[in-house]
Amino acid sequence: MFEFCAEPSLLETTRWFACYLTNGVHLLFYQSFLTVFALLAVAAPTALAFGFAAASAARSEVAPIRWLGKLYTSMVRGIPDIAFFLFFVIVLDQGIEYLMHILRCPDWTEPIRQGANFIVCDEARTPPSRAPQWVHEGYNFGLAVFTFALVFGAFAANVLYGAMQAVPRAQLETAEAYGLSRRQTFWRVLVPQMWIYALPGLSNVWLILIKATPLLFLLGIEDVVYWARELGGSRNTTFAYPHPDWRLWYFLGLLVFYLAFTRVSEIVLGRLTRRLSRGQPTLGGEAQRQEGAAA
Amino acid sequence: MSCLQSLQAYGLRSLGIGERLLPRQDITLCDQIVLIGSGMIWNVYFGLLALCFGFFFAMALALGKASPRAALRKPAEWFVFVFRGSPLFIQFFLAYEAFVLLPRLGFEIDWGFFEITVETRWLARAWLGALIVLFLNTSAYTAEIFFGALRAIPKGDLEAAEAYGFSGWSRFRKILLPGMLRLGWPGYTNEAIFLFHATTLVFFSSFPAFQQKGDALYYAQYFADRTFNPFIPYPIVALYFVAVTLIIIAVFGAVQRRLNRHLPQAQRTRLRYRPTLIR
Repeated sequence: MFEFCAEPSLLETTRWFACYLTNGVHLLFYQSFLTVFALLAVAAPTALAFGFAAASAARSEVAPIRWLGKLYTSMVRGIPDIAFFLFFVIVLDQGIEYLMHILRCPDWTEPIRQGANFIVCDEARTPPSRAPQWVHEGYNFGLAVFTFALVFGAFAANVLYGAMQAVPRAQLETAEAYGLSRRQTFWRVLVPQMWIYALPGLSNVWLILIKATPLLFLLGIEDVVYWARELGGSRNTTFAYPHPDWRLWYFLGLLVFYLAFTRVSEIVLGRLTRRLSRGQPTLGGEAQRQEGAAA
Repeated sequence: MSCLQSLQAYGLRSLGIGERLLPRQDITLCDQIVLIGSGMIWNVYFGLLALCFGFFFAMALALGKASPRAALRKPAEWFVFVFRGSPLFIQFFLAYEAFVLLPRLGFEIDWGFFEITVETRWLARAWLGALIVLFLNTSAYTAEIFFGALRAIPKGDLEAAEAYGFSGWSRFRKILLPGMLRLGWPGYTNEAIFLFHATTLVFFSSFPAFQQKGDALYYAQYFADRTFNPFIPYPIVALYFVAVTLIIIAVFGAVQRRLNRHLPQAQRTRLRYRPTLIR
């Protein structure tokens, strides 16, 4: 990075750290923070969409759809989320390969499960075994994001279902009295009003999601935890920058990063809540009205 | 191998008693159920002890947070902020690295009739190190619940207490504490459920499972890796945890009824599931 970094062993402390913290592997470490943000940026909207679909399904008239929605909504209730993470990643991986196997190798006669093995034909391998490294990494990341969305979709579904129930019944009855169909009532009356009831819960899900991002490490992604472990481990003198075991300091850095991230989120979400409760017939909206009237 | 044999071999495997080698070939359903159940011993151990110790520390923290004195309030606020604002996963890593760096020392503690040597290297083991992290973590979450409950105690209750001449300790013991517990109990029930879920993180963060003595999820992952079939071990874990959750709800529900027994039916605080507490 800097010109004076050519011979690190001769540098004094400040310059040594300047060189150390900007060497190649550290740049990869900083990039892995982007992985965290990328995960959040993709998983959060997807989870919200899953949650919305499940919450609407749980209110459906058709019994099987309702049961499915309720099952998904109550999924996170009694079971640890890590179990889901470990479970879904394998299930998705095997499920995709199984489908590809049926589509591409219809005349394969041997069973797919042979004892402790899961065998599909070569064309069904996803991603193909000859694919470049980045395809494999991208595929794994995609699986991880989908798993996150699936698990946190259940959390979001819980919140949204509660919010839909919290919209005053009179509103829906009025809509019916005006002759709106079920679909129109849902989209024009229920959905616009439910967000303010959902927001406290959704804020919570967002904070939960942030705090769950280190679990990417469990799914085999090279994320911040991976790099912190990798870089912090002690380096002997054969390396350019020898140092003792510094993992403690790296993890302290991650702790501070997450504290700052959740704190900033809290502040932003607090502002958003204030903004959305303007003019709403809730306690928060009423307080704002009185403030406005007093001023 | 029959089910009884698996029970004998692996029933207490997570504590290091029984067959040393984990099942490798011809893994039966019984093996999976027994070994994962044996792992649950650790989950229950972590959850139960952290919950018991955390309850008292959380009350102290909640009172500290509500204190008008900054010297008490600030440390409590920071403690709660740090443990609630950061992922438990990172806390485990950080604590483990810190514990490993400690010098290896032994302290003799004389109990009068027998002596035990307390060693700092125990801190780097899951049974103590992870328990401490879980204890601190649940204390912070519970403190926040109790603090909220403390602030929600009706003003009238305190005025009535004053009128009756309650003050200091007796006011806390007779008025504040029951009120706080009663109002905070539904939230505390959720916290207990999620604490038990969080115990599955112990062996997936940095604490190593010595001699493959792990918790339920550790064994489930072992079976999933070995049989390449996730559809059996993970549902077994799920069922065990659903059972634990139901037990928690039953026990906490009984306490809830006891705390609310003086109130008319309509005013009782209800147990409601709110998935707000995950680390």
